[in-house]
Amino acid sequence: MNILVCVKRVPAPGARIVLTDDSQGIDTRHLGFTTSPHEECAVEAAVQLKERHGGTTTVLTLGPPDAVEQLRYSVSVGADRVVLVPADSTEWDPQATASALVEAIKDLEGDSPFDLILFGNESADSGGYQVGIRVARALGRPVISGLKGIEIDGDQMVGRRETDEGFEVYRLPMPAIAAAKEGITLPRYPTLPGRLKSRRAEIHEVPAEMTPGGQEMVSLLKPAEEVTETVILGHGAEAAPGVVRLLEEVGLL
Amino acid sequence: MDFPTSAHVIVIGAGIAGNSVVGHLAEMGWKNIVQIDKGPLPNPGGSTGHASNFCFPVDHSKEMTMLTLDSTRQYAEMDVMVVSGGIEVARAPERMEELRRRMTSATAWGVESHLISPAEVEELVPFINRDIILGGFYSPGVTVVDSLRAGTIMRERAQALDALTVLPNTEVLSMEVRNGAIAAVVTDKGRIETEHLVIACGVWSPRMAEMAGATIPLTPAVHQMIDVGPIPILQATNSEIGYPIVRDMDTYMYERQTAGSMEVGSYAHRPIFHHPNDIPSLGESLLSPTELPFTDEDFDLQMEHALELMPDILSAAEIRYAINGLLSLTPDAMPLLGETVEVKNLWSAAAVWIKEGPGVGKMIAQWMTQGYPEIDPHSSDIARFYRYARNNHHIYARCSEHFNKTYGIVHPREQWESNRRVRTVPAYPRQVELGAVFYEAGGWERPQWYEANAPLVEKYGVEGREHEWDARWWSPIINAEHLAMRESVGMVDLTAFAIFDITGPGVVDYIQKMAVNQCDVRVGRAVYTPLLTETGGFRADLTILRLGEHHYRVISGGGDGARDRYWFRKHLPDDGSVTFVDNTSGVSTVGLWGPNARKVIESLTSDDVSHQGFPYGSVREVNLRGIDTLMLRISYVGELGWEISVSMEQGLQLWDMLWEAGQEWGVVPVGIGVYGTTGRLEKGYRLMGAELESEYNPVEAGLARPKIKRADFIGKGPYLQARAEDPATILCTLTVEDHTSASGIERYMGGNEPILTADGERITDSHGRPSYVTTAGNGPSVGKYLLLAYLPPEHAVEGRELAVMYMNELYPVKVAVVGSTPLFDPANERMRV
Repeated sequence: MNILVCVKRVPAPGARIVLTDDSQGIDTRHLGFTTSPHEECAVEAAVQLKERHGGTTTVLTLGPPDAVEQLRYSVSVGADRVVLVPADSTEWDPQATASALVEAIKDLEGDSPFDLILFGNESADSGGYQVGIRVARALGRPVISGLKGIEIDGDQMVGRRETDEGFEVYRLPMPAIAAAKEGITLPRYPTLPGRLKSRRAEIHEVPAEMTPGGQEMVSLLKPAEEVTETVILGHGAEAAPGVVRLLEEVGLL
Repeated sequence: MDFPTSAHVIVIGAGIAGNSVVGHLAEMGWKNIVQIDKGPLPNPGGSTGHASNFCFPVDHSKEMTMLTLDSTRQYAEMDVMVVSGGIEVARAPERMEELRRRMTSATAWGVESHLISPAEVEELVPFINRDIILGGFYSPGVTVVDSLRAGTIMRERAQALDALTVLPNTEVLSMEVRNGAIAAVVTDKGRIETEHLVIACGVWSPRMAEMAGATIPLTPAVHQMIDVGPIPILQATNSEIGYPIVRDMDTYMYERQTAGSMEVGSYAHRPIFHHPNDIPSLGESLLSPTELPFTDEDFDLQMEHALELMPDILSAAEIRYAINGLLSLTPDAMPLLGETVEVKNLWSAAAVWIKEGPGVGKMIAQWMTQGYPEIDPHSSDIARFYRYARNNHHIYARCSEHFNKTYGIVHPREQWESNRRVRTVPAYPRQVELGAVFYEAGGWERPQWYEANAPLVEKYGVEGREHEWDARWWSPIINAEHLAMRESVGMVDLTAFAIFDITGPGVVDYIQKMAVNQCDVRVGRAVYTPLLTETGGFRADLTILRLGEHHYRVISGGGDGARDRYWFRKHLPDDGSVTFVDNTSGVSTVGLWGPNARKVIESLTSDDVSHQGFPYGSVREVNLRGIDTLMLRISYVGELGWEISVSMEQGLQLWDMLWEAGQEWGVVPVGIGVYGTTGRLEKGYRLMGAELESEYNPVEAGLARPKIKRADFIGKGPYLQARAEDPATILCTLTVEDHTSASGIERYMGGNEPILTADGERITDSHGRPSYVTTAGNGPSVGKYLLLAYLPPEHAVEGRELAVMYMNELYPVKVAVVGSTPLFDPANERMRV
């Protein structure tokens, strides 16, 4: 059971996001970076499948040299092999990303395709929802998005996705592709030995061409901030009149 | 609540420092206190919020230990403290020696501690790898505190006294200064007039000070820590902390239980600094402004070290939290306390760690209330930094150097390596040629000894020191220079002196108010005098020259010059009748002392420099072969001679002239090793910051004069009271009677060691002050190793046999002199010929 997980390096912002002066990106000077949360869960799901069924877990990212940090992190939580597809630090649109990934995946697979390729449902920063599906289409493999549960049944992958009414269950013949959502499983934290092992992990590089896609970002816009203020009505019993007054004001009493 | 428009005092910051200041100000009777923080309560997002909250009481510094012990008492009283105990473990033999030194400091300051074996460490911390440690320094009194809860209690107490308005989520935008004093603070919610302002906002303090045109020289710096768990053996304790905290000293790390996990912190990574303006706001931060993203590549080696020390519990647990936590670092690793030198009534309570927080709060409140705190803030006083040391260039250089020494083994005489040669004297090139070994004082490069004098070691048969630690940052050449000076004549560069020229119609009254001794003397006289605090302890110790009817010159040591400058300026009258000029950078001084000093001077001038013509304690202008000098007949080394001052640009000419003229009379260049230690000790002269502290008064130090001047002066009331009472302690000179250690090596104390009874009991006076070595050094002319120490009257008896502890061993000492009579030349005949 060989699984590939594609992840993206994204900033880890606080409550307030600061844009760069030209509104073309977010100001990351004070920010740390992380793996997009859906993908962090996908890595965990892949590691658990490997632990259950054997095989290897490979994690791939397309990104700047610094994205190695996210690859090493995935090793520290159980990935066996990591691949960097070097890119510049500009945001590639979903089409360009997908076509570069397809190239890289073909290169990695040769004659033996991955049984399963996992993506995050959408990235935490640009949220395009497209890359997994585009890659599946280009490779001619079945795909399921919004994946919230996964099991292996012989040569089939059984995937569950959440809907407003309940769950939908799909059976996909492998090799297959799925885009996972947070909640599919709870990602583990690295251990100290895991972290130390990850520092020594070899980073495989697979080059890819940038083929511009059709999407162009004009600029980022930040919605006006909602300013709220906490007013302390009092402590203990003395707060009661204030609470009553407030409930009256909003018409609940 | 209406937004306040005026306050008696504003405190910026609601971390441990600000909360402690607020609590103590209210307790001391201050009303209308307004406390501002830009963050929410109870955790506004500063360094207190992510602090490890443990308090190791033992420090080699008395000041820091006293602040910590006071804080511990306060945490205990607030019931926010768990006593966990703590162990500093040694991996290397040098560290074991350092732990023995720590035992010595623990004994000096009265903190229970034990040296324990690896097996005993393992008994206390069963998950430690005892195979890699050599032993431990165990302090049962190490505590873990809830610093946020303590802060809330302090605020609530102030509120209960109806003294405090707290304004969280309020950001300071600017400050207003009127007539050199703080006047108002403008926030995003409104403007508040204030009479006093305390900046207690940790890493943001420099930015706040800058708004008023003041400086708080610190840098926010990263301290990395991770939280590793869950760990079953820790979970089983069912408590926040059930095992002693371990400091893995040789890897600069600590391991501290936090409930079911282990916090691993480090001072081993590269120094990482941030500018206060680059700290993200609360909203922009993922965790908090002072919990920055972890840079894991900086922590790899530390993880390996942690795994070595606690492999059984750390290898399976997960890293659940990891931060680059920000804390405050200062150029000399001590806090920044007191009124800023630039703006009146603008105070700093910055670079304060949890362990000393409440003590600092009390100190600042006392300082603001009664003029001076109980614990001498000598090493924490923000005024200690000269201007050159108040910029980021210096701050980064020094903090880069000392960050990794946070758990390091730092020799008490160790010199800084970074940002040196900031202030050099005119004769610097000559001194370099003479092989001067430079030590730093107030930024000045001062020769400690001259390698060119090495042949004198053999001539005088000076012995070296057998133990590397005792010989470190020391040379037998110092003793040889000492003996040569006493035999012929020595030249000591004293350009590092702080020089203040104070003039104007009101100057006599002003100087009289500042100094204890009579300064209304005739023009041309010098007065050696203490300056006291309002509470009657030492604030300074210096020489004041009357150069004119309305002109005094103050000469103080380079090390204390910045603090003294602040003190003099602070007390200048408002009416403009006194003008203060700091002439330190304009004056170069060389001391010429020894039996041949007069012969050298006589060869350079036809002026009468005889004992009658130029008596001791007098000062006058003398032209020495074309150079206008100011000569002061005085001595800190107990020999005939003068301090000779010229304008800075003629300093080199003066040096060369004295050197040349001195050749015939056997002149030797003499370093500060003689001037500051050996010469001074033989004469029993006291040094500010060593013997002289605000915790002692002139009667105890043996510096009370027979008569008291009529004029009023700062501290006069308490001084009169001290004279009327029997002193609780008396400064004595002791001699070491046997230097041989248990392993048969001759050992030499360096200072700060406890003086004990012959059978090893601690000695404290009726005020609880311990007896310890204030200065230690050779007395080459008296053939003894000398210690100065305060002793209570029952022990201050000449001939009394006591002991000094050094590296956790006892050595016999004897009281040689009680009071200030010199051991060498007791009648001062050599100075008065």
